[in-house]
Amino acid sequence: MTANTTNGGADGLGLGKDLTGLQQLTCEQIEGILDTAEPFKEISERRIKKVPVLRGKTIVNLFLEPSTRTRISFEFAEKRLSADTVNIASSGSSVEKGESLVDTARNLEAMRIDMVVIRHGSSGAAQFLADRIPSNVINAGDGQHEHPTQALLDLLTIRDRLGSIAGRRVCIVGDVRHSRVARSDIWGLMRCGAEVAVCGPKTLIPMGIEELGVTVLSRVEEAIEWAEVLYVLRLQLERMDAGFVPSLREYNRFFGVSRERLERAPGDIAVLHPGPMNRGVEIDSDVADGPWSLILPQVTNGVAVRMAVLYLLAGGSPERAESAKEARE
Amino acid sequence: MSRPVLITGGRLLDPSQELDGPGALLIRDGRIEACGRDIVGPDDAEVVDVDGLVIAPGFIDVHVHFREPGDEHKETIESGARSAAAGGFTTVWTMPNTDPPIDDPAAVGFVRAAGERAGGARVYPVGAASRGLQGEKMTEVGELVAAGAVAVSDDGNPIWNAGLLRRLLEYTQTFDIPVLQHAEDTGLSCGGVMNEGKVATALGLRGAPNAAESGMVARDCYIAELTGGHLHVCHVSTREAVEQVRRAKECGAHVTAEVTPHHLALTEDAVHGYRTEAKMNPPLRTEEDRQSLLDALVDGTIDVIATDHAPHHYEEKEREFDDAPFGVVGLETALGVAMLELVGSGRLSLGAVVDRLSCAPARIMGLDVGTLRPGARGDIVVFDPAERWTVDASTFMSGSRNTPFVGKELVGRVRATWVAGERRYELPREASPFREGAPPYVGQGSV
Repeated sequence: MTANTTNGGADGLGLGKDLTGLQQLTCEQIEGILDTAEPFKEISERRIKKVPVLRGKTIVNLFLEPSTRTRISFEFAEKRLSADTVNIASSGSSVEKGESLVDTARNLEAMRIDMVVIRHGSSGAAQFLADRIPSNVINAGDGQHEHPTQALLDLLTIRDRLGSIAGRRVCIVGDVRHSRVARSDIWGLMRCGAEVAVCGPKTLIPMGIEELGVTVLSRVEEAIEWAEVLYVLRLQLERMDAGFVPSLREYNRFFGVSRERLERAPGDIAVLHPGPMNRGVEIDSDVADGPWSLILPQVTNGVAVRMAVLYLLAGGSPERAESAKEARE
Repeated sequence: MSRPVLITGGRLLDPSQELDGPGALLIRDGRIEACGRDIVGPDDAEVVDVDGLVIAPGFIDVHVHFREPGDEHKETIESGARSAAAGGFTTVWTMPNTDPPIDDPAAVGFVRAAGERAGGARVYPVGAASRGLQGEKMTEVGELVAAGAVAVSDDGNPIWNAGLLRRLLEYTQTFDIPVLQHAEDTGLSCGGVMNEGKVATALGLRGAPNAAESGMVARDCYIAELTGGHLHVCHVSTREAVEQVRRAKECGAHVTAEVTPHHLALTEDAVHGYRTEAKMNPPLRTEEDRQSLLDALVDGTIDVIATDHAPHHYEEKEREFDDAPFGVVGLETALGVAMLELVGSGRLSLGAVVDRLSCAPARIMGLDVGTLRPGARGDIVVFDPAERWTVDASTFMSGSRNTPFVGKELVGRVRATWVAGERRYELPREASPFREGAPPYVGQGSV
């Protein structure tokens, strides 16, 4: 198996060469990725956390925006599948010297790589790269556009807890305007048949979002009354300087997810958060560490989902995932 | 002076004198000497046979950006003027947002002189409305006009200070020139890179709402009413701004307006795939806005078509959407896009399109062009109204190729352009193979 013959993404799910977003995926494809992630979960529980699925593959983690959890999660996924990995950050790289994204990509390509995992501050950057190089490109977050592997791990976590995604009521709370996570989750949840609402101050809800098929709720109490799953977004602190919200204190008072509010929920409610959390702002510690929280299972699932995506784009098929992981060095 | 030119065998189309029929045109000493049937030229005239083609007054674009001085790698005054001639334009007004900006008489003189040397369309500089385009202190408007400026504008930026706009609309009346306003409330557009709405939300791009334009247009129209000055609203893109202009005109304010071919032809959907060639300011809006722009051009609320020709180098556009510069080139596709959207859809007659491209700009700006009447300047375009052609940006005379119409089939193609009776452009034959059996369109004689 040589590198370039597998870059077409002959994965049995028809994902194509790249994963740039969930908007263009079908329910079958998304469920297929989640199904593929299931057998990979167990690898991380082994004493020797390594299978040779991607042995000989070279993967570049091109992180041009700060990231801890996503980058590390990808790195673990790659290493546990035995890929060779290189990390590039903007500081200390030629990007800092003003090299264009196109040139960075072409130079990487010239070194004969197989995959690029890209995090970038501009919406569309992953697609831009994918259109210009033959390697597989995985979007690890582009501007305010999409963060598909985050949404996939969210979907897997919801499915683990509730048994299904279809028909579930999920409300995304907080800074939807600036959130790529919200967009990917909206597409993923809707494709899989969930009912989706968003909730937050109107300054943080983007225009035209109803046209994507979601309901807009303006009070967090309404969201808690309606939802089975509350997806709490991080409030980026710089939003206050830009005048989207007057103060953190006020945000917490009117939109913070607190124990008191959750205890008034009519039924069971699960709380997810993509991290990193601002405790005491969008989410209180009682909630983050309490029985509602699925925040750490999300992180665990992140590695499995990313292993699945890497495996599928490298040409693996969902049916063979179970046997692939049993292969030994 | 050059030899007299007799353009014969064509269809004379001049809405300024309600002329549409077969005939010929004689240009001598740079001016139109005769126009109509049975025109006979002097023996030494160059005779150009344009069988089956339209002879019309040269087009006038009151809104282009040539990048000289400062960004000659995008466009020089020469390449811009030649690009204009290739698009059938014989007069262009260049915006002052160069580096340095055209905000003093010497700079105005530089643009004029470079324009005269260019050998393309006539190049008339628009002077800066405020010093350094900073929006604070009025330029020496009288000195700029004396040096050859035809209008003032801070285009690229809005004149955001209402007090400054008021003073400009008062002061310019002495010199009888318009103030060209890029209407944008930057507090509302707030770094937006495309139209605000469903598409921007899905793409995760910052959006600029319609109100950023229409709010400013409303304010400006009231100031025009207050002062009696001539306000020209650049590149109208929203239905609400159209309503404001309509209202102001009904009230008798001296307000005129332009629309670009790309806003007539495209909507925000063109941005899908993060296509930077669909990034411009104001942004492409919704289908509802587009329809209202077409209606406004038909009913005269919007007076003219102007391209907002904004060249950018390939490398500057070949990058992340947020970081790519605003603007598209438009001179060489203007006729084809306008005909496709307006004549092709049955909204306007061919004559009315020529009016919006030539007679109307001359009329609203008080220029002695835009007509085939004897005595007018010999600025002529000859075009084939039926030719279908596919846009290939590599053939552009412009220094840049950033057009959203690459690969698009347009209707109506410029064949030749004369300025002051001098042929400044002729479509290369290899680009336009003649139909079987059709006679050549350019007869004997040489330039």
